[in-house]
Parts: sequence; C-alpha cells; structure tokens
Amino acid sequence: MANEPSGRGFAQSGADLELVHVTKSFPGFTAVDDLSLTIPAGSFFALLGPSGCGKTTTLRLIAGLEEPTAGKILVGGKDITNTKAYQRPVNTVFQSYALFPHMTILENVAFGLKRRKIAEPLKLAHEALALVELDHLAQRKPQQLSGGQQQRVALARAVVNRPALLLLDEPLGALDLKLRRQMQIELKAIQSEVGLTFLHVTHDQEEAMTMADTVAVMNKGKIEQMGAPAELYELPHTRFVATFLGQSNLFDGQVTGTEGDTLVVSVPGATLHVSAARSQVSAGAITVGVRPEKLEIHRESPKAAGRQVVGPGRVIDTSFAGVSTQYVVTVPELGDITVFEQNDGDIVAVGEEVWLSWSIGHAFGLPIEAPFDETDLSTRALATAVQ
Amino acid sequence: MKLGKWLLPTYAILALVYLLVPIVYTIAFSFNDSQRTNIIWNGFTWNNWLTVCEAQGVCEAFGNSIFIASISTLVATVLGTAISIALVRYRFKFRSAMTLLLFMPMATPEVVLGAGLASQFLAAGMPKGITTVILAHIMFCISFVVVTVRARVASLDPKLEEAGRDLYGSPSQVWWRITFPLLLPGIVAAALLSFALSFDDFIITNFNRGAVDTFPSYVYTAAARGIPAEANVIASGVFLLAIAMVLVAQIGGAIRRKKLGITT
Repeated sequence: MANEPSGRGFAQSGADLELVHVTKSFPGFTAVDDLSLTIPAGSFFALLGPSGCGKTTTLRLIAGLEEPTAGKILVGGKDITNTKAYQRPVNTVFQSYALFPHMTILENVAFGLKRRKIAEPLKLAHEALALVELDHLAQRKPQQLSGGQQQRVALARAVVNRPALLLLDEPLGALDLKLRRQMQIELKAIQSEVGLTFLHVTHDQEEAMTMADTVAVMNKGKIEQMGAPAELYELPHTRFVATFLGQSNLFDGQVTGTEGDTLVVSVPGATLHVSAARSQVSAGAITVGVRPEKLEIHRESPKAAGRQVVGPGRVIDTSFAGVSTQYVVTVPELGDITVFEQNDGDIVAVGEEVWLSWSIGHAFGLPIEAPFDETDLSTRALATAVQ
Repeated sequence: MKLGKWLLPTYAILALVYLLVPIVYTIAFSFNDSQRTNIIWNGFTWNNWLTVCEAQGVCEAFGNSIFIASISTLVATVLGTAISIALVRYRFKFRSAMTLLLFMPMATPEVVLGAGLASQFLAAGMPKGITTVILAHIMFCISFVVVTVRARVASLDPKLEEAGRDLYGSPSQVWWRITFPLLLPGIVAAALLSFALSFDDFIITNFNRGAVDTFPSYVYTAAARGIPAEANVIASGVFLLAIAMVLVAQIGGAIRRKKLGITT
C-alpha cells in the first residue's frame, strides 16, 4: 500500500467527489437509491434530510465503511469503489466523535499521520490542534474534555490528514444551541482556511443553509433537489423540499389556462396565479405554494396590481415570536394559512376579518403529491436501526 | 436502636473472623516446627520456608499446577477472546446454540464433567496425563473467558474501530492499536480468572490426571497421612502473591484515576 502516492500523500487542496448511480440495499430496504451526485473541489456541500433518508449511509459509502450494492464512487476522477476505508483519501468526523479513549489528544490527532508514516507527525498534530485552539490540552485524555472540545479534537484529527474530502456526520448534533452556533462559524472558517472539500450531513435545515455553498435535500434514498440555499428556499421543486426546508402554504388545484407567462390555477375557494417560469408543471394537477413571510395581512380588501389576494378570512391564532408574529388565518374552502408578519406596531387580533395578499412573483408551482409523512420515515429509521 | 448500633459491627467482625481463621491458621502453621504431622504447634521456625522443596513431591506438584494453569490460561484466553468478538459482532448460524453450549460447562456439576471427559479420553485412546488435564482445563476456562470478555466487547463502540479504519489503519493496526488495548482490561481479568480456576481445580483434574500430581491433588492425597508444612508454605505463598497483585492493581488504578482527575 506504500506505492500509492496520489491517494496517500497530502492533498494540496480538495478533490471532486462523484457518485455515479450509487445504490445501497439492506435486506428489505433500499437506503440509497440510484444516487448520482458531483461535488466540486473546495466546496462546502450539505446533505440534508430527515432521519432515515439515507444520508448517513451515503456518507459511510463514501468513507468506505459500507460497500455499495451498485454504482461507482470517484474522488478526484479516480475510482475508489473497490478500495478499503483505510486506503481512501477521505476522513470522517463522526457524530459521536469516536475519539480513542486510551490515547491522549495528541496521539489521537497524530494517529492517521503515523499510520501513513508521514514525517514529523507530532509537529503536524500540534499545528492541527493549534488550528482548533486546543494545543494546550494535547496531553489530556478525551474524557477530560467537554463536548465542544472533543468535537474540535475530532475535527483536528480528520483535518490534519489533509484529505481530499472531509466527511462530517452531524458533527454538531450533540452540542447545545449556543455552542453549535459558535462551532458552525469556526467550522466554516476552518474550511476556507484549509480549502478542503467538505461534505456535511445534517438533519438541521438551518445549519445546512447557513454553512453550505450547495445543499442537497435527500428523501427516501434519493436527492429531491440540489442547489444554493437561497435557491432551494425561494424556488422548491417538490412538496417535500417546500415543507422540510422552512414552512410553506400549499394549495392543491388544477391549471385552467394561461395569461401571458402566468398560469391560472383553480383551487377550491379561489383562483390563483403563478409564474410559468416558477412552476414545475404547466398543465393539469398542480400544487401552488407560497412562504408565510411573503404574505401580507390587510383589514380591507387590497387593490394592487401584480398581487394575489385571497379572503376574507378570519384570524384564528396568533403567536408572538419577538421579531415577528405568526398568524393562522382560516379562509373558507381554502383552509388554514400561516403568515409571518414583521412586528411594526400593528398587531391583528384573533377573530378579526382579514384579507391576505402576496406578490405573484413569490408563488411557486409544484407537482401534486401526497403530503410528507413523518411517521412513515420514523418507522423506516426504526427498521434500519433494528438491522 | 442501641442494639442496631453494635449488632451489625459485631456480626461483620464475626463473619470476617470466620472467613479468615483457616487462612491465618494455614499461614501460622507454615512456620510450625512440625514433626511427623503438622497439627500440633511445636514452636516457630523458618525451616519450612527455606527448605520448601525438600518434602517429597510438593514442588513437583506445584510446578505441574503452574505449567497446566499457564498453558490452559493462554489457550483459553486467546480462543475465548476470539469467540467473544464473534458472538457480539457477527450474526451466524447456530449462534444461540453456540452461546448455550459455551455456558454448559459452568452449569454442569464438576463431577459429571470430569467423569464424562475421563470416559471420552478413554474412548479416544488418550493416555491420562498432563495433556488430558490441560485439555479439560481449557474447556471449562473458555466459558469463563467468554463471559468476562464478551461484556467488554459489547461495551466497545464499533465507531472507534471505524474511526481507526478511516484514519488509514489497516485491519491488523486497528486490532493492535485500538481494539486490543480497549479490550485488554477484560482480557486480563479473564486470564487471571482462568489461571485461578485451573490452579485451584481438583475434581475435574482428579478424573483426568492419571499418575500426574497437581498441587490440589497432592494436598488431597497428603491429607490422608498428615499434610507436610511445606504445603502450608506454598499455599501461604500463593495467597500472599494474590493479595499483592490485587493491591498493585488497586493502587495503580487509583493513581491513574487521580492523574486523569476522575473522581469515582
């Protein structure tokens, strides 16, 4: 194994990761279903999805801890599908950190370097610990460190190897909210400093959106949609993305015609408009969606060009959340609609009659499908855990 | 109320005395200037300790016991550790049947086990001797090793080995640098237990030893005509050695915990 310079040496920068039609089946359950994906070198990529969606399995396939049932995995253009975990230029930061309890922090960080017989492993390990500001604890044992410190050691232990690709398996999941925020910023800073390709797996949509250049939303072993965080949020392509990534008001209906480049959609109780360019379907059954913060509440029926108006409805619930207030407005036939309104002094009371409006340019059209079922996924997760 | 105050300490002291008297007796009589038997106190002497091997067969039997216990412990610990890992980590055919079989020797009365083995060795045409004793000891020691090591393997996070593989450790490096050091406390405990059980065993040994004497069988035979004081010397020596080992382990552990700053 010594004669493998490109894979085992220090990568100067990250490398592309390519998954080609990768499938992983367990008895009675397909965890990853024909997944194809390219992550460009040097990017910070997040794989986002609920538990049991196959994201951790994908990570384990890339790390070499599981073997794919079908498909190919390439790092920097080189096929690594049939290599073992210890032969791959890939390192993982485990969710549980998996620090070796019988070694000091320094020995933990130097472990990978020593296995590859890199010169001066201890010096490099000290440097990596300095990067995460823990060099003063080098002689301690892992169990003497706090959760946040252990997390940073796990990161240093992976980063010190300068892998072509760094895999992060929900590395911030075990930390409390404040520490998580702080670590998100540090992680991002370290990524830009060392210039490695990061693949971050998480179920926390906020974490994925704040940290990653590109987010792939995964569901039931497949990628539903991939793109920049803002793009995913503003223009979701599926019902799952619209509801998993933030909240959405969704209305199921039929396309009845077009007005210029706008689709006219008939839904029970209203006629809605959605830009054809922002819709995934152009005829037949459609789901029209709009984000709650795009809505405005009016006490009188508004008259404004380019705006969609629905109502009148009645406010049935308000909850104050500091910067904004969340209203639930029930409109006959249309159902309950959620609205986030900036707190600029005028708070509408429960029971008031109101109209809602939004800019037609903010609505999006989705193919119609059954609502995302949380219970279905948790049973799947259970089924996987049992195996 | 007053009764409770002295009842428990008295009871505890009596229980300890009851437990310790035979040991104290054994140690004390190892210094007895014995004549033909070692039952009546004849005065203090160092002679038994200085000339321990001069009594007929004592040291030979002791040597046999040490040899048998060492080999049995080594083989049983290696096999038992491998079996434990297989039982915890892998799902295979007859896994539960195998678990049951492994526990059988612990549940079976020693007389039955010893007699059964003896007839099997006879059927197989194996002459009784050190080899048959070692085979018998390995068999029952494996059960105790599996019970001890299995708990340790079960508490070992497989993620640690995965991390080792992920950090460029080959399978043998992962075993020697991660798995083995983390299992070591369990393996050492299992080895000590095996050694003690093997060294101590009389019933199974007696069925399979043929003409070979182990320390327990020597003492048993000698008891008929009066145990020589040299047997007391060896028994006292083994006891003191065991106490010393426990002390070293306890003190070492306490120092290590103090260094790590862990309070128990």
